[in-house]
Amino acid sequence: MNISRSISRRMPKGRHFVIGVPFVWLFMFFLLPFIIVLKISFAEADVAIPPYTEIYAWAEQQLSIVINLSNYIFLSEDDLYLAAYLGSLQMAFFSTLLCLLIGYPMAYAIARADKDMQMVFLLLIMMPTWTAILIRVYAWMGILSSNGLLNSFLLSIGLIDDPIRILNTNVAVYIGIVYSYLPFMVLPLYANLVKHDQSLLEAAADLGSSTYNSFWKITVPLSKNGIIAGCMLVFIPVVGEFVIPELLGGPETLMIGKVLWQEFFNNRDWPVASALAVVMLAILIIPIILFNRNQAKEMEGRA
Amino acid sequence: MSVASSTYKKVLEGDQQPKEVLVKIERVTKKFDEAVAVDDVSLTINKGEIFALLGGSGSGKSTLLRMLAGFERPTDGRIFLDGVDITDMPPYERPINMMFQSYALFPHMSVADNIAFGLKQDKMPRAEIEVRVEEMLKLVQMTEYARRKPHQLSGGQRQRVALARSLAKSPKLLLLDEPMGALDKKLRSQMQLELVEIIERVGVTCVMVTHDQEEAMTMAQRVAIMHQGWIAQIGSPVDIYETPTSRLVCEFVGSVNLFEGQVVEDAEGHALIDSPDLERNIFVGHGVSTSVQDKSITYAIRPEKLLFTTEKPAGEHNWSRGTVYDIAYLGGHSVFHVELPSGKIVQSFVANAERRGARPTWDDEVYVWWEDDSGVALRS
Amino acid sequence: MRGFSFSRLMLWVGFAFIYLPMLILVIYSFNGSRLVTVWGGWSVKWYVGLLDNTQLMNAVMRSLEIACYTAIAAVILGTLAAFVLTRVTRFKGRTMFGGLVTAPLVMPEVITGLSLLLLFVAMAQLIGWPAERGILTIWIAHTTFCTAYVSVVVSSRLRELDLSIEEAAMDLGAKPLKVFFLITIPMIAPSLAAGGMMSFALSLDDLVLASFVSGPGSTTLPMEVFSAVRLGVKPEINAIASLILLSVSLMTFIIWFFARRAEHRRKKAIQQAMEETTGIREQQGPDSRRDPSQVHATA
Repeated sequence: MNISRSISRRMPKGRHFVIGVPFVWLFMFFLLPFIIVLKISFAEADVAIPPYTEIYAWAEQQLSIVINLSNYIFLSEDDLYLAAYLGSLQMAFFSTLLCLLIGYPMAYAIARADKDMQMVFLLLIMMPTWTAILIRVYAWMGILSSNGLLNSFLLSIGLIDDPIRILNTNVAVYIGIVYSYLPFMVLPLYANLVKHDQSLLEAAADLGSSTYNSFWKITVPLSKNGIIAGCMLVFIPVVGEFVIPELLGGPETLMIGKVLWQEFFNNRDWPVASALAVVMLAILIIPIILFNRNQAKEMEGRA
Repeated sequence: MSVASSTYKKVLEGDQQPKEVLVKIERVTKKFDEAVAVDDVSLTINKGEIFALLGGSGSGKSTLLRMLAGFERPTDGRIFLDGVDITDMPPYERPINMMFQSYALFPHMSVADNIAFGLKQDKMPRAEIEVRVEEMLKLVQMTEYARRKPHQLSGGQRQRVALARSLAKSPKLLLLDEPMGALDKKLRSQMQLELVEIIERVGVTCVMVTHDQEEAMTMAQRVAIMHQGWIAQIGSPVDIYETPTSRLVCEFVGSVNLFEGQVVEDAEGHALIDSPDLERNIFVGHGVSTSVQDKSITYAIRPEKLLFTTEKPAGEHNWSRGTVYDIAYLGGHSVFHVELPSGKIVQSFVANAERRGARPTWDDEVYVWWEDDSGVALRS
Repeated sequence: MRGFSFSRLMLWVGFAFIYLPMLILVIYSFNGSRLVTVWGGWSVKWYVGLLDNTQLMNAVMRSLEIACYTAIAAVILGTLAAFVLTRVTRFKGRTMFGGLVTAPLVMPEVITGLSLLLLFVAMAQLIGWPAERGILTIWIAHTTFCTAYVSVVVSSRLRELDLSIEEAAMDLGAKPLKVFFLITIPMIAPSLAAGGMMSFALSLDDLVLASFVSGPGSTTLPMEVFSAVRLGVKPEINAIASLILLSVSLMTFIIWFFARRAEHRRKKAIQQAMEETTGIREQQGPDSRRDPSQVHATA
């Protein structure tokens, strides 16, 4: 029951090293950067290298810190940013829902397949995640463009008379996101569903529950952790997604990742980009904590 | 069976042999956060004996074993091995080896490599390792399986390899954690005897942990009954079974009938107990020391010593009237549940010596009775 | 169960959805026409053309280099992190540590990218390092988020392991570090390989982080592809995309092949062991059955 503790106790020197190395790395390159982002979000844009002002000054034995809220005020005053945040959240919400609706039956089917086939199916699901997202999105560009394959196909079977515009619309962005993020939904769901004890369903059937009823009353509640993990793995990154809206979206596609990119690379306004990131993080912090808790539960499962 | 009887013989002769203490556990306590797993336990283990820690789950027996192995450090108290304080010694420095419940064979190593692992850690020369591994394989009769991987072995074979591995370094003390836990019942009794034979041939001192009393009694010369972190009784299997010192022990080991009562007569050579469950007093063939205020006592009698007849016993004490309430036929013997006039139900084991003898049946009126020295009077 | 069901149907529809676009992409990479939507007959000229594109080839080499370094570092860091998460249950800041390890899995890339860049800029100002951004900074960025993936994969394997196997090694005299290298590492080797390959692919894949933290002259393959793709579909890109797809499929096939072979061997060995033990029992069986009276007596 307390086995693991005893092992760790037995390596007093190694212990610090084992914990220390990944900890220091992640602290340096994951946590510390956020603090700097927060700091710069309170700075002012400046024509300099780097292009922002320092928020603290040391003069005459006096430390003065200037917290400049103008970036945040700027964000709240311009409707563009609010619309971009809402657009991102909406996009993330609906694409997560779509991924769940498509991914759950897929994960279920894989988990119920023969052992040999399970491995084949899993590899088929995982393989796309090993190829560049850029390439997969790019593949859709050729298909969805107004003179692309989809339109040619629809025209040839006479369903439409004029090419419809799909590329550079939100529809294309939805397709791209669902396409790219589907594996991240299926994999945690599968990992959860495959652990289910088949005899639970048999017991339910034995007690007179229909297959449909058993699915909703037993399988779905038991896969709660898988659903949370899958949804978070899709929802959180999609809120900040840049590549897909940039390549498949059009002028109507307002997403915060794209806006941040433009502020940073096109306008070179680092403080505003930082403020955008801080607000985005503030929105996502609850889902991220939820995900981390869920993950910790799964990770420590038996420990 | 010769092995078992020799173990039993050793138990009976145990007192005549000179005892040399190997392990001394001194007031050891182990707390996990606030939960006390082992509570102020002191005991000694003699050289060459097989010692069993017997208890239910959560009794602290495994924690005690893990402290001997060095996987847990006592919160309080010291442990000595051959006079050396090993309390703070890490497991890899202790001359103690353990056979794990799951056997814990290294899945990526062959049988021979598994056995050689410990020797390699001691930087033993290659040639010597080979000789030793060969010797160990022979000991457990696994020579032809030396090149196999653990997953290519059956449960019994894995256990032999695990035993060979833990004996290879000739440890001063061998620890067995639920040695039969992973085996099916049939294989179990066979392996119990085989294990004892090997351990005795090697002559290693052994501490085992088990929840199975039959296993403890078959294999061990001394048994400690553990309960909620403390030791309820230490003794030979015969002591534990025939002269338990507490209700807890006699209820834990085997089945027992208990009668609550008051001591009504307490003399040098005998005592009388009055129990409301029985029509006659209980006669005990020795004095019972009781305090002046509290005369209450428990009388324990094993079901195989509770006899019954259809005729009224002639004696003054130690019997009662009753009716047969239920009969469980178990093949070798039957368990008769007899309801006493007070409503208490007692158990009596009757050996089925005849194939189809005439026996009392349901609702028959019978008498239960016992010899003067069949039971034990318990103060706690 | 039933051969045909809704979930089965969805699975095949899902696979079609995932693989049809890729298939189309590969087919069109052999299109002879410069107009990407018009079929102009089979041709490999776009593939040949790739070899002459030194800028693109440089980016490919650079990306492969970074991916290699990333895979190595992420496996080391991720394994350490996984070991801490599964074996060291209690120390100060454990919750924070768990959060730090898993958060990069979901953190939007634009946030990670921006924050890392700002860190590098601030560090360059403060201590003069990193003097310039390039392969090193991209490697740091990739290693940080790949570590999270590796630690998830490895910790799930570590959790399945019987802890007493490691304890047994320690009991037999191996010090903790030796236990880790002789026992733990060999047992989790497949997941280390999986984590390493995943990191390699993720690093090769990344556009956003690299765009933020790269400097002049350290353009990676995804950045090259992105700047080309932004302007629309191009046949050269079809070719390079197809090459990536083909190499990934080949890798996947190899993994599948070896995993299946290992699994079959294992099954066969277990079956063999079981047959042997039942064989022994059967040999003993008839002996005791030969004398019915003896059976009766012992029963």
